[in-house]
Amino acid sequence: MAILGSACLLLALGVCVYGIGASLYGVRRGRPEWSESGRRAVYALAGVLTVAFVVLEIAFLRNDFTFNTVADTSSRTTPAFYRAAAVWSSQEGSLLLWAWLMSMWSSLVLFLTRRRMRDVAAYATAILLGFGGFFVSLMVFYANPFVTTTPAPAEGAGLDPLLRFPTMMIHPPMLYSGYTLCIIPFAFGMGALLARRVDAEWIRAIRRFSFAAWLFLGIGIMLGASWSYSELGWGGYWGWDAVENASLMPWLTGTAFLHSLMIQEKRGMLKVWNASLVLATGTLAIMGTFLVRSGILDSIHAFGGQTLGVPFVILIGVMIAGSVYLVVTRRDMLRSEHRLDSLLSRESVFLANNIVLVGLCFVIFWGTYFPLISEALTGKEASVGPPWFDRYTVPLALVLVLLSGIGPVIAWRRATLANARRNFLAPLIAGAGAVLVLLAVGVPGDWKALAMFACAAFALVCVLQEFYRGTRARRAMANESPPAALVALVKRNRRRYGGYIVHIGIAVLFIGVAASSSFQRTIEPTLSVGQSSKVGAYTVRYVKPTATVSPADDAAHTGSTLSLGAVLDVTKNGRHVATLYPSEGFYASDEPSQGSVGSLIGGQPVSHVAMDAGLTRNVWTAIAPDIETPQLKRIVEIGNRTIPFSSPEDGLIALAVLARSYLQHPPPAEFHLIVSPLVMWIWIGGLIVAGGGLIAIWPAPSALRRRATALAGARGRRDRSGDAAQGLAGA
Amino acid sequence: MNLLVAVLTLLLLAAVMLVLSAPLRAARRRPDPRSAELDELRAAREAKYREIRDAELDYRTGKLSAEDYAAVDSALRAEALDILNRLSALEDEGGATNVSQ
Repeated sequence: MAILGSACLLLALGVCVYGIGASLYGVRRGRPEWSESGRRAVYALAGVLTVAFVVLEIAFLRNDFTFNTVADTSSRTTPAFYRAAAVWSSQEGSLLLWAWLMSMWSSLVLFLTRRRMRDVAAYATAILLGFGGFFVSLMVFYANPFVTTTPAPAEGAGLDPLLRFPTMMIHPPMLYSGYTLCIIPFAFGMGALLARRVDAEWIRAIRRFSFAAWLFLGIGIMLGASWSYSELGWGGYWGWDAVENASLMPWLTGTAFLHSLMIQEKRGMLKVWNASLVLATGTLAIMGTFLVRSGILDSIHAFGGQTLGVPFVILIGVMIAGSVYLVVTRRDMLRSEHRLDSLLSRESVFLANNIVLVGLCFVIFWGTYFPLISEALTGKEASVGPPWFDRYTVPLALVLVLLSGIGPVIAWRRATLANARRNFLAPLIAGAGAVLVLLAVGVPGDWKALAMFACAAFALVCVLQEFYRGTRARRAMANESPPAALVALVKRNRRRYGGYIVHIGIAVLFIGVAASSSFQRTIEPTLSVGQSSKVGAYTVRYVKPTATVSPADDAAHTGSTLSLGAVLDVTKNGRHVATLYPSEGFYASDEPSQGSVGSLIGGQPVSHVAMDAGLTRNVWTAIAPDIETPQLKRIVEIGNRTIPFSSPEDGLIALAVLARSYLQHPPPAEFHLIVSPLVMWIWIGGLIVAGGGLIAIWPAPSALRRRATALAGARGRRDRSGDAAQGLAGA
Repeated sequence: MNLLVAVLTLLLLAAVMLVLSAPLRAARRRPDPRSAELDELRAAREAKYREIRDAELDYRTGKLSAEDYAAVDSALRAEALDILNRLSALEDEGGATNVSQ
């Protein structure tokens, strides 16, 4: 079956080459049947890559270790649930996932636009197939997932234990969906410039694709942050890791684009800016993909082994050069149709919002690539850590949250000072009031956190005020009950109110970030059984140790051969709060030098965090048990001497002896204890953002759309034929 | 197994060629030269109607004064009329009958 997989890759490459030629021939020669054939090449690519993906999935699920990638990243002891996800844990498999997702999303988009923007779509098809051909070529020539070895090894190396968590099943597909969806607006942006058609129809189409990219990328980023917080043993959700940053940058420029696109749609302005943003977003998405495969930066996300840096650098170079060339040579058709009417307008606020978002992206770009640039210029390694990022991103984030409140309250084109004063009075009072209340109840005076609370309160009241006024206006027109009026208001104005819900989510998210990062209490005590430690207002007592042996008994269901942990009793003011069970899993390694028993636990240990999560705070715990005591080491050494490699079951018996010794004579263990306020609101904020995004992107029911169009058209025709036409003609 | 793989590969190749060649085997269509401009005008029309609705909502939620709303609404309706006239002229030219698709 590996041969079928490889044949699929070669066929896919041929389809890409054909499709590029057919699309370009069709659009240049005015032969729509060839453009259509080119579009079908994208469908064919999706079909062929689906077959290839299924072949690889079956190999993983069947433990077919003749496939090198299966042998390198899976094993018989890896739970089936994780074997299915192990497909994308390797360089080869992740390339296939990337190409497959790109082909599927491209097929969907091209199907939806099959009767529209024919010239633009033909160029976009060629560009999308170019990307498809690039990724398939990488697999064919550099990292083929279907390379086999016979005879097959008896057992595989197993999935990286860090990846054996449920969120990791969905995080890469969501993130890759975001990245691949970013390529589609890039392709349509290039297509529009090539076809010289940057118009209303292009805006309508690209807005939806960009929104989908933004949504999926955002969900992928949140899942990654959630995984980091819940599964990794450092207690944080964002470490300014290079690959985290690489996913955030296109999301920031994508957010800027979604806002400034509205200005282009309404006022015909910022065309050069928007073209540059959409092309930059696609380029940043490819750069993010490049980072994990180039080996140039250290990261938990990086794929080891073979580097694909050079092909990616060439691709990125072509993307940048092509983008700059097209924007410069098409600047005549990108001239603004209008000027800014007033500084007190939504256009101005969106412009400011764009500057902040792009500024954030620039700061993160510099901090992420600085090590590389510095090493290239000076020959010395340099690194930039979280304090550097926080210094510049926090003030920008404050301005961003403030603008997310101002934008919804200001009208397009122009707003009067009197209206602005009236509309901002309550939010300003709310912002100032929030700070005073927090100081009054004893919240410490961390200026950054208090400023964020004030800005978030301001933004929340601004947006909620919009919902209130809109509902009131709707009730005045339609005489509905408040709930019905609110639902109808949102349904009939999905873009606007979906966007407002996103703004609510952002404010809530930043409240969680500010509180959890500024007011966190953390300690790392070493405790013996029975001992307690105080963290914040909570007391944590080490009640007793825990131990499990064999992958089948692993309570975390990650297939660890040995898991040592603790029962912790958490109290506050003498009252029981929670019982927590943190543990550390030890996994098999493929190092024979560690011995028959040592190799069963010689792999990278992984912390299994235990936490009590609540709306007001999280109590987060992790344990690093001491497995290197003389007594435990002696058990391992005896096992290594007496048990052969051919008897893994006897090795597990030795581990059972070790576990029993640990339980009977538990050594002091190192703990990491954290109390973080309002962490839950980060995830709640993220859910609100996702929900608002879905509402904003959801198409209006066709009946509603026809009715709205007919109504507006009837009013237009009446105005044309009646006295009102005189007033319009004079306007 | 090798025979099965060979058969599957050939079937896949045949399916791909069938899909790619279908438009080339169908009757050749002459592209409508007006279709791009029609699509554009229809999209512009939808966008302008949305702007008119947004302006009304801005007025009803207190973001625009009555005078500002009157001025903005007039301007938008004039722009909408222009689009409708151009769309109508193009459709009449081509003999199209359905304005509100």
